[in-house]
Amino acid sequence: MSAIEIVPLNWYLLLSTVLFTIGVLGVLFRRNAIIIFMSVELMLNAVNLLLVAFSSYLSDSKGQVFVFFIMAVAAAEVAVGLAILMMVYRNTKSSDINILNKLKW
Amino acid sequence: MIKLVYLVPLLPLIGFLIIGLFGKKLSKGLVSVVGCGSVLGAFAVSLGIFFELTGKVEKSVTIDLFSWITAGKLSIPFSFLVDPLSSLFLLIITGIGFLIHLYSTGYMSHDEGFSRFFAYLNLFIFFMLLLVLGSNYLIMFVGWEGVGLCSYLLIGFWFKNTAYNNAAKKAFIMNRIGDLGFLLGIILIFVTFGSTSYHEVFLMAKNFTSGAPVLTAITLLLFVGAIGKSAQLPLYTWLPDAMAGPTPVSALIHAATMVTAGIYMIARSNILFTLAPLSMEIIAMVGACTLLFAATIGLAQNDIKKVLAYSTVSQLGYMFLALGVGAYTGAVFHVMTHAFFKALLFLGAGSVIHAMSGEQDIRHMGGLKKYLPITQLTFLLGTLAIVGFPGFSGFFSKDEILAHAYEHNKLLWVFGVLGAAMTTFYMFRLYFLTFKGDFRGTKDQLHHLHESPKNMTIPLMVLAALSVVGGLVGIPEVLGGTHFLEEFLKPVFEDSSFRLIHHLSHETEYILMGVAVTVMTVSLYYAYTVYVKNKTLPADESQELKPLHKLVYKKYLIDELYDNAITQPLNFISGGLHKVIDNQLVDGIVNGVGTVVNWTSSKVRLVQTGNIGFYIFVMVISIVLILFTSIM
Amino acid sequence: MITTYLFYFLSFLAIMFALMVVFSKNPVHSVLYLVLTFFTIAGHYVLLNAQFLAAVHIIVYAGAIMVLFLFVIMLLNLNKETEPHKGVWLKASAAVASGLLLVVLVGSLKGAETIVATNAFNPNIGLIENLGKTLFTDFLLPFEVASILLIVAMVGAVMLGKRSIK
Repeated sequence: MSAIEIVPLNWYLLLSTVLFTIGVLGVLFRRNAIIIFMSVELMLNAVNLLLVAFSSYLSDSKGQVFVFFIMAVAAAEVAVGLAILMMVYRNTKSSDINILNKLKW
Repeated sequence: MIKLVYLVPLLPLIGFLIIGLFGKKLSKGLVSVVGCGSVLGAFAVSLGIFFELTGKVEKSVTIDLFSWITAGKLSIPFSFLVDPLSSLFLLIITGIGFLIHLYSTGYMSHDEGFSRFFAYLNLFIFFMLLLVLGSNYLIMFVGWEGVGLCSYLLIGFWFKNTAYNNAAKKAFIMNRIGDLGFLLGIILIFVTFGSTSYHEVFLMAKNFTSGAPVLTAITLLLFVGAIGKSAQLPLYTWLPDAMAGPTPVSALIHAATMVTAGIYMIARSNILFTLAPLSMEIIAMVGACTLLFAATIGLAQNDIKKVLAYSTVSQLGYMFLALGVGAYTGAVFHVMTHAFFKALLFLGAGSVIHAMSGEQDIRHMGGLKKYLPITQLTFLLGTLAIVGFPGFSGFFSKDEILAHAYEHNKLLWVFGVLGAAMTTFYMFRLYFLTFKGDFRGTKDQLHHLHESPKNMTIPLMVLAALSVVGGLVGIPEVLGGTHFLEEFLKPVFEDSSFRLIHHLSHETEYILMGVAVTVMTVSLYYAYTVYVKNKTLPADESQELKPLHKLVYKKYLIDELYDNAITQPLNFISGGLHKVIDNQLVDGIVNGVGTVVNWTSSKVRLVQTGNIGFYIFVMVISIVLILFTSIM
Repeated sequence: MITTYLFYFLSFLAIMFALMVVFSKNPVHSVLYLVLTFFTIAGHYVLLNAQFLAAVHIIVYAGAIMVLFLFVIMLLNLNKETEPHKGVWLKASAAVASGLLLVVLVGSLKGAETIVATNAFNPNIGLIENLGKTLFTDFLLPFEVASILLIVAMVGAVMLGKRSIK
């Protein structure tokens, strides 16, 4: 027995939206690259939650399979992203994103 | 043979292509053979067409070649019209063209542009044939423009000389002024009749009343074209300047063929002109004024070719006078005889210039009779023809014109007779000063004097023969002849025939002839007295002339008038337009567009700050906006 | 009943911890709060009977990814003092922007029609047996490609992390 029978789908929608927005807030708010990265993970998770909720509601396992793949991709992305971050730190001795502003006119 | 009419313009065109493309690699002999041979071939076909036409009953044949312009409902085929008028002109053009080609092989033999000359000559023959063979006004216009182009190329043949180039440009531009009128006329014809084909236009024209305004407008516009091409007042000044070209060019283009294109055009459109009496009056007046005006200028000129040039303008005036009084056959007759004797005179002058190593001033000639016997004899025959000596070709054609002029308007007849008197005077002045008396040139020139080679004298002799007997085709009934030419051309002019009927009695005709001959004899005697008996010479460059003489010598300062009244203001306006509109306005706009783009981009590119936080911010705002507009 | 309360509780915790992730000054604290958020979300998964996913979620995210983050933070020796801050105006505009986003998202979802489930309600789809069946029949190719993806990511990370040979 699953919570979706009791809790209406709209509430999950709202919850997911709020979490997503908090993720966006984190990306805009902070200057540290790692915190921004973590906010992106938060956004991904909000989407995951929504997908699972819908999958439960529609009794379609495709949603959950998709979440599975999102997790795999997120893991790969974090690995590579943090490696890049390490390179940047090695070169600039800081994880501040405002330093990376050479790609301008 | 009539079916092979396409060969007539095709052979010279092939000649042009061969000589034009490969001329430099071919020998002079081969170029001559190809050049002369193509025109000779065209002449042979024309002869065949002529004889076939005399045997036929239906005198007008249209040969379709291919469909030329098809646009919607408009369909203009490229077809040739073979009828008495066009076949006569074919004979004149190819026959005299061939003789002049032959002459050129001798005259231009030392010139390095030999092959180029023959290429241009062949091209000219091609276009001229197109002009007279076309069965609609558009093909005529193509030929019209083409001969204008070839005239430009040939006048400026020795292009290294700036003065010659200017003369060529002048000819072309003056032609263009006339061509504008011609083109407007064609457009008006098309708008009025819905077609440009002669057959259809002339058929429909018969339904119009005489004097209809639209016909007057059309004919006046067509006449403007003729004024430009055939050097009448006021667009005649290019013809004397065109003498800058080689003498065979002057003979062919500016005596025998191109300048007669205007006559052909009006003769072809005779029905339109007959139905517009006002235009006919204007044409007659312009012709009469031109013949008198040019004759007066010719009296005072000292360059052998310039005298002949003004003589050409004057004789063309006679032809237009004939057209204006309705003597279409007379005009065409005079075209034919004028082609004979004017080409002869020009070629003779060329022979003289060739012998005198390039000297053209008659004050430095004289006594050439014993050195250039053939040239002298043929030149004399040509002179007798042009003044209308009884029995020669010019006599018959000029008398026919004068008779018709007398019948129409006595004043025009007086002009004609005065012109004849002056023609006699200046032509014999030219003859006496060049061939009689003592030699006035330099020792060097005397040393080099020799009769021209065979390929130059044979055309002279042929043309002399034609000038003498050429009038026999047009002997009027009053003298016991049948006027073969009038019978031959009757089908072409029969729609205008109500103007052609001779109302004069035989006595009046005899009197008119007598008057003309008397005037000619008096004038000849006067010239003889002045230049042979008293041996007066024209004034030298250093001598001061009397005011009237000076005015006539300087061609009434018409060229200077045109320059100051038209050319300078146009140049001024054009310069002003260039500086203001072209440089500032147009360039300003074009450059301005570039500057605006540059400025805008310099402002817009500041968006790329490189700041990642800013980019993400913009992304979020964009998503907000997109979602916002999608829910609205 | 209990389910509803659990839902509220877990949601409240998720949102609170998420906010703490964004607003805490010390990066290490941020990481820890994020871990807690993941746990609450795993709790949601359990509520929705997606048991396999809940387990995988905790193992992968909380167990691997967050540990990676912690390693990097410790390697870079980030703490409260070295943390850079944005200006007040920037923070305010960030808050406004995300607030707008929230409003627009909620607004766009408000008028949406509720979709009707076509399949028969099956509460057991989240069980590992059923999930495995779908995964290995319909989604076999993506599954295999995902393994290649992980290899590539590994190789990439190693290549990027190497120090250049002096």
